[in-house]
Amino acid sequence: MATEVLTSSEYIRHHLQNLTYGHLPDGSWGVAHSAAQAKAMGFWAINLDTIGVSIVLGILFLLMFRGAAKSLHTGVPTGFQNFAEWAVEFIDDSVRGSFSGRSALVAPLALTVFVWIFLMNLMDLLPVDWIPRLAMAMGLPFFKVVPSADPNATFGMAIGVFLLVLFYSVKMKGPGGFASELAFHPFGKLALPANVFFEGINLIAKPVSLALRLFGNMYAGEMIFILIALMFGGGIGMAVFGGALQWVWAVFHILIITLQAFIFMTLTIVYLDMAHQTGH
Amino acid sequence: MNINATLIGESITFFIFVWFCMKYVWPPIMNSLNERKKLIADGLAAGDRGRHELELASKSASQHLHEAKQKSGEIVAAADKRAAQIIDEAKQTAKVEADRVFASAQANVAQEVARAKEALRSHVAELAVAGAEKILRREINSKTHADLLTAIQNEL
Repeated sequence: MATEVLTSSEYIRHHLQNLTYGHLPDGSWGVAHSAAQAKAMGFWAINLDTIGVSIVLGILFLLMFRGAAKSLHTGVPTGFQNFAEWAVEFIDDSVRGSFSGRSALVAPLALTVFVWIFLMNLMDLLPVDWIPRLAMAMGLPFFKVVPSADPNATFGMAIGVFLLVLFYSVKMKGPGGFASELAFHPFGKLALPANVFFEGINLIAKPVSLALRLFGNMYAGEMIFILIALMFGGGIGMAVFGGALQWVWAVFHILIITLQAFIFMTLTIVYLDMAHQTGH
Repeated sequence: MNINATLIGESITFFIFVWFCMKYVWPPIMNSLNERKKLIADGLAAGDRGRHELELASKSASQHLHEAKQKSGEIVAAADKRAAQIIDEAKQTAKVEADRVFASAQANVAQEVARAKEALRSHVAELAVAGAEKILRREINSKTHADLLTAIQNEL
C-alpha cells in the first residue's frame, strides 16, 4: 500500500509500469526509472519482467510436462502424470472438436498456449503488492508480474499464431489460392478492392482480437485488484471490506483466467482450422 | 505499457516453446495414452472372450453330466437285471441240489431199512431158537405156549 507520499494515482501508475530495459537518455543502457524514461526508450527496449516471468513459466510448464512424459508408463497413472494426461486428453478432445484437418502441430500448440497462458494469468492471483515490494527491496523500480497484462506478451503470442495462420494458408492453398481467397471473396471478381479490404480486415482482426481480448481481461482484472488494494489504506472498516472484496474477486478471477486461456486456445485452433480449409 | 522489442522476444519464445512441446512433450504422452487405451480395450476383449468360454464350458459340462447320468442309469438297470438273473440261477441250482440231496437221503433211508430187515432176518433163527428154549422149559403149560408164540410173533 501507499505508505510513502504516493498518491493513489501514482500508486496505480507504479503498479502498471513494466520493468523496461533500454537505451537511457544519457546514452547508456539500463533500466528505466520512470514511465517517461521507459517511453523515451522507443521500440528497442525490453520489458524484463514480462519476458522473464513468461519464460520462467513456460519452462516450468515444459519441465513439468516433460517430466510427466518421461516417467510415463501404461500402468495405473499417479499424481502429476494423471493431471498431465487429463490435460493432454482434454486438449486433444478440443482439437478434434474444432480442427477438421490432420496436423502434428495444432494439438501441441494448443496445449502450450493453454497452459502457458493459464500460468501467466495465474500470476494475477498473487497479491498485487508482494512482487513490486520484493522488487523494490532488490533495487528494481518496477515489477509487473502478470505477463498477459502486458500487450507485448499477448501481441507476441498472437503474432506467433498469425504467422502460423499465414504459413498454413499459403501451404495448404498455395500462394495463388490464398491470394484469390483474399481478392475474390466475398463479392466476386468485379469488386476486387472491396474484397481485399474486407478480407484484409478479417485477417488482421484475428491476431488483434486474440491479443486484445486476453490483454484487456487481464489488465482489467489487475486494475481491479489494485483498486481493491487501495482500500486497505482507508481505515479498518475499508480494509476489512477490501479484504472480503479481494477474496470474492480472486475466486471470480480463477474462472476468468481459465476461461481466457481456453478462449485463446480455442480461437487459435479455429483460426488454424480456417487456414487449413481449402474450399472456402 | 509501451509496445517494444518484448513483442519480438515473446514471439520467439512462443515458437521455441511450441516447438519443444511438439517435439518432446506431446508425442510421448499421446503414445502412452494410446497404448493404455489399447491395453484396456484388449483387457475388455479378453474378459469378453473369457466369459464366452466359461459359458461354453458350463454348457459342455452340463451336457457331460447329463450323459453320465444316463449312462449310470443304464449301468444300474443292467446290474439289476444281472442280479435278478443270478438270483434265479442260484434258486434253480439250489432246487436241483435240494432235490438231489433229498433223493440221496431217501435212497439212504431205504438202504438202511433194507439193511435192518436183513439184520433182523439173520436174527430170526437165533430168536426162534431162544423162543424154543423158553417153550421147552415151560412145556406143560399150553397156555404159556400160546403166550410165548404170540410173544415171538410180536417180536417179528
